[in-house]
Amino acid sequence: MRVTVRLFARLRDIAGSGELTREAPAGADVRAVWQSLVADYPELSAYEKSISCAVNADYSRFSAEVADGDEVAFLPPVSGG
Amino acid sequence: MKAGMQMTAITTAPLDQEALVRALDTTGIGGVTVFLGLVRDHNKGRTVLYLDYEAYEPLALRGLDVIVAESRERWPDVRLAIHHRIGRMEIGEASVIIAAASPHRADAFSASRYAIERIKQIVPIWKHEYFEGGDVWIEGATADPENVDARQEALRIACA
Repeated sequence: MRVTVRLFARLRDIAGSGELTREAPAGADVRAVWQSLVADYPELSAYEKSISCAVNADYSRFSAEVADGDEVAFLPPVSGG
Repeated sequence: MKAGMQMTAITTAPLDQEALVRALDTTGIGGVTVFLGLVRDHNKGRTVLYLDYEAYEPLALRGLDVIVAESRERWPDVRLAIHHRIGRMEIGEASVIIAAASPHRADAFSASRYAIERIKQIVPIWKHEYFEGGDVWIEGATADPENVDARQEALRIACA
């Protein structure tokens, strides 16, 4: 299956793009998507402990299963205001 | 809120505090607080030139709506409006505006303070700071709306 990955702020800079398409095996969870990104962009691993994730623009968990066509977003620590 | 203005918004347009206050329904209201967050000219010893804000817009808007709902739970009589600007902003420009209308002033101040603390905890917006000599992404809190401790901390600060 195929998911759209959204990256923001420093994560986007590291990957060189804010939107990527990734292949993932059926039953993959958010963590598996993240790990496949880290494999391609090792600098992302520094964010392992501090990122949040969202699926289809709603906060989610790394253990959540993703489905074909989902938008999976990884969010570095926020700094609005 | 009167017609034509949303309670919550993420926008690239300059924020208009007078329009936001005018749009609040002031029936039964005795006070309105307006908080403006401004782009500051210095940060951690750096001379800031300007900020460029980025957001995950649909989730950021949802986060503002969550904050309004949380505020209503704690301060049912307060009418809260929150607009956050994104994109490039110069020193002194407003990046966020929070208007809180309340029958009594104490709740307006508290709800307003709660809202800005929660924005910094759970709304997916990032500051890209351009300063003399470089640029840096500012990273604050790991966003987790279900973190009860963070919410309690925001309430504690709001009611201090």
